[in-house]
Amino acid sequence: MSDAASPPSPLRRLMARPWLWAYVAAFAVFIVTILFTGGRSGGEVATAAFTFATFSVIVGIGQMFVVTLGPGNVDLSIPATITLAGAVATKIMDTQDGMILVGLLVALACGAAVGIFNYGLIILLRIPPIIATLSSSFLVQSTAIAYGRGIRIKPPPALADFTTSQVFGMPVLAICVILLAAVMEVVLRRTLYGRWVTAIGQNIRAARLAGVPVGRTRFAAYMMSAVFAGLCGYLLSGFSGGSSLSMGEEYLLTSIALVVIGGSSVAGGNSNVPGLWGAALFLFLVVTMLNTYGFGAGLRYLATGAIIIAVIVAASRRRTAR
Amino acid sequence: MSRAEVPIISLDGVVKSFGAVRALQGVDLACRKGECIGLVGHNGAGKSTLMNLLAGVFSAEGRIALDGVDTADRYSVAVAQAHGIRCVFQELSLCPNLTVAENARIMHASLKGIGWRKRAGALIIAQLDLVFPGHGISAGDVVGDLPIARRQMVEIARAFTVTAAAARLVILDEPTSSLDAHQAGQLLAFVRRFVAEGGCVVLISHLLGEILSTADRVVVMKDGRVVAERPAAEFTRASLVAAMGTVAREEAGRGEATVRRSGSPRVRVAAERRAGGIEFTAHQGEIVGLAGLGGQGQSEMLVRIFDAARRADRDIDVSGGVALVAGDRQTDGVFPLWSIAENITIASLARLRRGFLIDRAKTSAMAETWKARIAIRTPDVDNPILSLSGGNQQKALFARALGSTAETVLMDDPMRGVDIGTKQEVYDMIRSEAAGGRTFLWYTTEMDELRHCDHVYVFRDQHIVADLSRGELTEEKILHASFAEVA
Repeated sequence: MSDAASPPSPLRRLMARPWLWAYVAAFAVFIVTILFTGGRSGGEVATAAFTFATFSVIVGIGQMFVVTLGPGNVDLSIPATITLAGAVATKIMDTQDGMILVGLLVALACGAAVGIFNYGLIILLRIPPIIATLSSSFLVQSTAIAYGRGIRIKPPPALADFTTSQVFGMPVLAICVILLAAVMEVVLRRTLYGRWVTAIGQNIRAARLAGVPVGRTRFAAYMMSAVFAGLCGYLLSGFSGGSSLSMGEEYLLTSIALVVIGGSSVAGGNSNVPGLWGAALFLFLVVTMLNTYGFGAGLRYLATGAIIIAVIVAASRRRTAR
Repeated sequence: MSRAEVPIISLDGVVKSFGAVRALQGVDLACRKGECIGLVGHNGAGKSTLMNLLAGVFSAEGRIALDGVDTADRYSVAVAQAHGIRCVFQELSLCPNLTVAENARIMHASLKGIGWRKRAGALIIAQLDLVFPGHGISAGDVVGDLPIARRQMVEIARAFTVTAAAARLVILDEPTSSLDAHQAGQLLAFVRRFVAEGGCVVLISHLLGEILSTADRVVVMKDGRVVAERPAAEFTRASLVAAMGTVAREEAGRGEATVRRSGSPRVRVAAERRAGGIEFTAHQGEIVGLAGLGGQGQSEMLVRIFDAARRADRDIDVSGGVALVAGDRQTDGVFPLWSIAENITIASLARLRRGFLIDRAKTSAMAETWKARIAIRTPDVDNPILSLSGGNQQKALFARALGSTAETVLMDDPMRGVDIGTKQEVYDMIRSEAAGGRTFLWYTTEMDELRHCDHVYVFRDQHIVADLSRGELTEEKILHASFAEVA
């Protein structure tokens, strides 16, 4: 890159990144946490943070692409899709190692089906996305209940091993999802598709009149969100020893929180992937920190809310100042 | 009615500017009891500005006197209403989620206490009965559910309702645009009765027949000035049209005969299936104008053609790619969070890739090329698009369309807010691109721009009503076609 005219210093450029603050906050919370233990359990805390952040980042990426499409676009069917994909995949795999790949494909297919259904509701019936994905989530959740009958089937041992394995304290799954995030960042910044999503989020009418295939682009985003939710359900059921009907619950608000804390605009048109990782680590570490310091449940929620607000305010200050 | 009577409102040398644009350049006008004033003029002549000024929406420089008393700078909507000055805007101002009665209440603060809804309903229905007998509207109807004509009827009737302050001066902006001939006749008859009882009406209309039959006095505006003011009886349709337009200028210009209308057209829109429907065609290398008054369906036609290039439309054939230059930048053109370069390249990204990825070197090169070619005034094309002035943003939109590979470029009144120097640059570019084989479809309401066109279609009320080749093109003809009336 030739920035001959006015080369901004690398530090200045870094400071202008909207995702920076999620990482700063995550790191600060991490330091405060291990101060309590005198630095002893730092490695374990970090490992746990990466382990749990992995799952929220997977769904966060899909949610982020949907949110980027502009005001009113959000996928509320993520938790139900996670549950359905987990239930169907574990039942099909039936603890057989040989069925792992089939299970994965089935989980992704569940996601694809939900994605098609969601977008069908949005386009054919002209229902606002928030209502469409909410109502489809009830249908999907009911399907999961009817299908699984609440019986917990263990995942194939090889899948369980893979999802819990580590190298040098770093979860293998986390490494894979860091790579996935890197790829999706390139998709967002450097491909036609990424530009289209961003254009639609800024001004959908202008995007149409600039020749952007608006319908296909939106469809792909809802599809992607649901497929990532399916992937998350598959991995989560391997990680936590089988699927359960409530396994997706926490990922609804988490996926949206990641997008916001990560520095993407809730109004759409301006998103980034790196922030999702920072935000996911931050969210996990905040809870860990409050637990470490022995906060009760009530106080913990209160503090979590206050800290999230503080980070978002700090980050948005930075951006407007820029 | 003596002429010496003190006017309800009088303007004296009123000037109004929006930024660099002088919308009104010294207007004198007096509205007296018992007269109907017809206000006519081209789009952008200043009629709407004048009307907003009378209603107290805008402030302006100059003297405004109410009942002979100079209001100085204190004139406002509230003052106007207290003096019984009412306005019916062209863009209807009713709240669609409220009922007819509730909308009536909005104007009348004195309708309060228990049963206000019933009283408001009775008030508006009585007025509707007076203006539009047999209107078929009831007080409980939700406005959003009413068809456009009935909404307009409610809006008009509401302006004439009386509670605390009397209605003395009512300004009607294109009041019959959504009404059928019968309803329009009812309204005009009511206007005459209202005037006979001592009221005053300012009637703005593009239907000259309405003006001539209803108004006592006609005021003609052009370029922010009153250019003619005479009793209606002294005007004829033809003299009124002549007063609105410039005296047909020498239009030698580039008068070479255009005989390129051959071969299969780039764009063809089938004639409407109605009597006198006109087919729309544009060939390679032609500049085709879409003329007429503003908002007569020209933009809609361009958008239909744009869509037809992507998805088959049985009435429209388009060969080759199509790009559009938006006139309404904020709504239809600019991506506000992006840089100038990103805004320029969005329509050309498919060719600016290496493999799957967008090549930064190629996008920067394209942006730089167009920055130079169309003289976008910025130190760096990576600056935000919003750092540019409106005219330069518009240039970026031109660059987006001209820089694409599209064979046909649609221009939706693209020169709004563009200064004269830039206009000349862009006109030259359009001509040279057309000479190179590109086709341009150009919606404009400016006569000077139509002179650049090889062929002009005049639109009125969503229909093409005239088809003029360059040789036949005169301002007179376009105005006549724009105002032609269903007798």
